[in-house]
Amino acid sequence: MAVANIQVSETPLVLYALRRADDALILGHRLSEWCGHAPMLEEDMALSNIALDLIGQARELYAFAAKAERRDNDEDKLAYLRDVRQYRNLLLVEQPNGDFAQTLVRQFFYSAFADLCWRAMMSSRYTTLAAIAAKSEKESAYHLRHASEWIIRLGDGTDESHRRAQAAIDHLWAFTGEMFSVDDGERALIQAGIAVDPETLRGRWLQTISDVVSEATLVLPQNNWMQQGGRTGRHSEHLGHLLSELQSMQRTFPGLTW
Amino acid sequence: MVSVLERDSELRRRAWDAAASVVDPEIPVLTIADLGVLREIVLDGDLVEVKITPTYSGCPAMNMIALEIELALERAGFRHPKVRTVLSPAWTTDWMSEDGRQKLRAYGIAPPQASSSRRALFGGQAVACPQCGSDKTELLSEFGSTSCKALWRCKACREPFDYFKCH
Repeated sequence: MAVANIQVSETPLVLYALRRADDALILGHRLSEWCGHAPMLEEDMALSNIALDLIGQARELYAFAAKAERRDNDEDKLAYLRDVRQYRNLLLVEQPNGDFAQTLVRQFFYSAFADLCWRAMMSSRYTTLAAIAAKSEKESAYHLRHASEWIIRLGDGTDESHRRAQAAIDHLWAFTGEMFSVDDGERALIQAGIAVDPETLRGRWLQTISDVVSEATLVLPQNNWMQQGGRTGRHSEHLGHLLSELQSMQRTFPGLTW
Repeated sequence: MVSVLERDSELRRRAWDAAASVVDPEIPVLTIADLGVLREIVLDGDLVEVKITPTYSGCPAMNMIALEIELALERAGFRHPKVRTVLSPAWTTDWMSEDGRQKLRAYGIAPPQASSSRRALFGGQAVACPQCGSDKTELLSEFGSTSCKALWRCKACREPFDYFKCH
């Protein structure tokens, strides 16, 4: 990879926007991997549609981050020219697609959180963040409904789909705690009325998750040990592989445009 | 002699009409004015800026629409027209004109319902078939051929149809 990584001025505000943007981009990229491979045509279209929404949300947030940063970076540079350690997404969203149940459980955990987060962010004192949130919450409501219906269909379906859905929940549960992590910089933004305090969403998130999971005849793990790292740039090995594909064109042909 | 005010309002109207002639590339019966995407014309001397609101965050039609607006304005005699995307207030299907809804229905796409219904986690939608008008319909997939559509089927005439999702 010949092109140098960009430098990013990681102020609390820039980091806050990048973390949300990276979540959306990486999850959107993961879903795009299903394009042409989903178990049925309708799902192929659904997952690609959701991917498109997420990548659109990421673009708005990257543009916001670039502006807040006041350097020479733009949305493309932020997406294509940062290396693994500079990415700040949740470990949850970079986890491989696995089987269909694993993809949908990952989507369900994330969408249930993102939907609450966007709605809360609509009252951010930063009008651009509030506007991005107002747009995104309309989309996340559909994403959450889609994932919830699938969790019930899989859990309350055949023995095989039930087994796979439960295995996916057991596997991915440890990655959900990171959604509620906050560092000092973010704490200051929360106090200033700019960022959302994820702790205020935890109760409602857990309620939605529990309701759907129990309707699906599935259970949540009792073990509450949680994995952390993505928010501070310490990722699983999966992200490097994902980025090598996502960034290959810009790394090979710097500045390439359509 | 024509006053500056009259001249401005005439220019503004011409710019609006030119921009309003641009259609959605995915649903060519709808103009961007029908959709509620076209928000405002801003004049600064002879320079014109068109404000539009994106429909869906990732909708690929938006780039195409912005380009088409610039071309339409240049054809109408405006030099260096600019298109600016405004995020707030967020676009909603409630902005779609009544005329637009009728055009959609005639095109075979069920028009969006009031956005107040969209928060229900399950169920809660009743969409009439755009072909036969029956309300005995069922949702096949929440996500259709473009970001703005869902796939439905009519149980009376057995035809599948697109529904323009409320947003």
